[in-house]
Amino acid sequence: MTTHNAKTVGTSVSRVDGAAKVTGQARYAAEHMSERAPLIGWVVSSDTAVGEITSLNTEQAEQADGVHAVITHINAGPLKPFSKPADESRFTQSRAVLNEPHIRHFGAPVALVIADTLEQARYAASLVSYTINGKTPDLLTEFDDATQKPESLDGGFEADASSGNKPQQRDIRASIHTTYTTPSQISAAMEPHATVADFKDGKLEVYCSVQIIATAVEALAITLEMDVEDIVVKSPFVGGGFGSKLGLHFDATLACIGARHLERAVKVVLSRRQVFYNTPHRGHSTQQINLACGDDHALLSVQHKSAMPKAKGYEFAEATGAGARVTYKSQFIESTHRVKDVDLPLIDSTRSPGDAIGSLAFESAIDELAHEAGIDPLTFRIKNLPVVHPMKGTRFTTHNLGECLRQGAQNFKWQHKAQPTPGKKIGHGVASAMRMNVLVESSAEVELSANGEVTVRTDMTDIGTGTYTILTQIAADTLNTSVDNVTVKLGDSRYPASCGSGGSFGAASSGSAVKKACEALIANIKSSLPPTLSQAEVHISGGQIKLVPSAKGDINGTTDVHSLDDFMSHSDFPLSASGKVSADDTSDDEQYSCGAHFAEVEVDEYTGEVRLLRQYGLFSAGQILNIKTAASQIKGGMVWGAGYALTEGIHHHTDTASFVNPDFGEYHVAVNRDISEVSLDFLQEPDYAASPVGAKGIGELGITGAGAAIANAIFDACKVRVRDFPITMDKIIAGYN
Amino acid sequence: MATLNLNGKDVSLPDDPRTTLLDFLHQHLSLFGTKKGCDHGQCGACTVIADGERINACLVFAFQLEDAEVTTIEGIGNGADEALHPLQQAFIERDAFQCGYCTSGQICSGISLLRELSNEDPSAVTYSRSRNSTASLKEDISERMSGNLCRCGAYPNIVDAITDVIALEKQ
Repeated sequence: MTTHNAKTVGTSVSRVDGAAKVTGQARYAAEHMSERAPLIGWVVSSDTAVGEITSLNTEQAEQADGVHAVITHINAGPLKPFSKPADESRFTQSRAVLNEPHIRHFGAPVALVIADTLEQARYAASLVSYTINGKTPDLLTEFDDATQKPESLDGGFEADASSGNKPQQRDIRASIHTTYTTPSQISAAMEPHATVADFKDGKLEVYCSVQIIATAVEALAITLEMDVEDIVVKSPFVGGGFGSKLGLHFDATLACIGARHLERAVKVVLSRRQVFYNTPHRGHSTQQINLACGDDHALLSVQHKSAMPKAKGYEFAEATGAGARVTYKSQFIESTHRVKDVDLPLIDSTRSPGDAIGSLAFESAIDELAHEAGIDPLTFRIKNLPVVHPMKGTRFTTHNLGECLRQGAQNFKWQHKAQPTPGKKIGHGVASAMRMNVLVESSAEVELSANGEVTVRTDMTDIGTGTYTILTQIAADTLNTSVDNVTVKLGDSRYPASCGSGGSFGAASSGSAVKKACEALIANIKSSLPPTLSQAEVHISGGQIKLVPSAKGDINGTTDVHSLDDFMSHSDFPLSASGKVSADDTSDDEQYSCGAHFAEVEVDEYTGEVRLLRQYGLFSAGQILNIKTAASQIKGGMVWGAGYALTEGIHHHTDTASFVNPDFGEYHVAVNRDISEVSLDFLQEPDYAASPVGAKGIGELGITGAGAAIANAIFDACKVRVRDFPITMDKIIAGYN
Repeated sequence: MATLNLNGKDVSLPDDPRTTLLDFLHQHLSLFGTKKGCDHGQCGACTVIADGERINACLVFAFQLEDAEVTTIEGIGNGADEALHPLQQAFIERDAFQCGYCTSGQICSGISLLRELSNEDPSAVTYSRSRNSTASLKEDISERMSGNLCRCGAYPNIVDAITDVIALEKQ
């Protein structure tokens, strides 16, 4: 009898949670505890950006039908002030609201009204009145107003970096001096941030929508001044994160405050408009870029200076210059980042912090220089690729950007444009993508029952990335069993702490932890076997755990297949083991995922309307664990790139520090018809220096460069270079004159 | 007592006239398959089928649907793994979702779209086609699915899944 189970890593496996999602059975945060009939909390939001609450009237609301409590800074209970203690990370610092009469930004919670039903809570919230002695909010409007140098940038980058010597003027053949702007943007995950919390006997149970479980528990403990042992956080399904759910937000704080106050289950779901104000957004950026190349088209000078707002009391600055520092070699490279403290809602990670908007500007500017120097922009990029890190001279574990550009151009048919229809012009664009890879400490445990069922547990989350599926595959392959025989349990703080989902590190880090746990389980099994079976492989199929002689041959012993039952009794089960990865499991060399983006667009000669005809990308990200889910994730990033290039942007009302367009009607994420053909390929090359499973990050690779390829295609089509994203038709028409 | 027919069963309408169909499903029936993404008819996550037409459940009060027949995701297929609707199966095979939050609405919308196509209901694409445009079936599907946002960006896969089912139905 064969005990062979085909390996699944690197193939296309349909999502193991697919049936639950297409039947509406997957349960997201707000959908839990319905049997406890949770009370509903509705947020009363501030209509003023910054100031002190000077009067507050909750009496009418308290007397309204169905209302159980109106919670304000007067009765919210013990709370550590927001963003304290200073020595904690931003995801574990206090996320307090309603702890003081001070209002930090427009739309911030002033009160929480808790009632039996949503309708009652929302109506009663309209009866709460307050006054705030508003002050003029600080905002960033001029590049030079950003004078503060952040201690460091997201991803561990220095705020300032410089290498080499400025070129001599006589060596410069072509140069550009240009300024790009990108607007404030928001993750806008389809699931609004939501929490249902219950408080009993001093213990808090919380279902919320969060990317990282372990820090959420710590944040709640710090915020509510409780012990971590008294808090359980669960997040089994997350309806999209994109950075906005890395940490907990005010839905969680408020639901927990309410549950503690009433000792009952309380649910708080942010409205879409509340999501804009009570969860993070990406700050707007101004990026000044100066580039120069010599007679041989070699880059001589790369200067990238960016300015962005930083939310007061919240340490986050994104590394917009990261791409300028690593993508091309240049005699001189200089990159600086400055911020200004502003009175805006939280500014934090949005998909591919740094590179998403850095690449929009930098890869457009590279195109401008290629045009100025009279060289094909694809050839120009290939000509300037580095072999080692262009600033530090350090090695890359792998670096396949050149192959992505060369092979990608062939696959895309860079030289062959579609035939334009009358009144339209067709353009091609290209952009490079470099996204830093990291391995983050992560743990998992695996359990094996006597009948061969495998259960994996880790507090890792699946935010749509496919974590349930890839961890199932890794466990099945390592234990020589089928994916049907493995159950992966995620998103529960009682499970071993993982890296969580974020920064493109989730799959490689948590996957490697699962692999190590399965290997430890095999080692445990082998330790109870006779020496003759020391080389045997564990295979699990048909409800049996078998010991199969190694394919390599077993010099000591048997060629027969044994059953583990022969060596272990039922009382020994379930067997379990745990695995952990840390910095020791990854190389000190430079680690990057790379890719090349291509786009073909059609621009209307009269209206300036842009239609995408096709987007293509070729990517190198180590071992691709699941072709199907990985391709989907990359495609999703490319769709984001299209949105960043063409449609997305928060408009600020500068007098009130509010947003003009905080909903899906006016903040335009790409819709189905905005997108056309999106396709991609992977260069498959496991990178075991990066992680034990050989995988690198893909979650942010798809967006990095995708928008710039479209911007460059627009220029190629109509010769208008729009430097203020998004590239809307009014800006293109303005360039026609 | 006023009722609506939900997935084949009569259910009593809520007393509170402010209760939308979407909140009725959640608060009164604990049916959470239909999602709330915006509550303003801007995202399509709450798409259900009422008397054969796709609607946003957040934009209609429950009482407005007295005696109507409403189908939610729980009424599509058999609600169980073994008896999926062909479009549900195609969504899995084409990986037409990631986080899954918009998926119920996409599927209800897609099923209505199949009916609208067979009825030859007009769209912006069929209109432009009547004026000599060469717009493809895929573009028409994209156009008709543009009321359903997907922030994970599964649009190309959603179009592929619907295209697969159209091909299947033609067989």
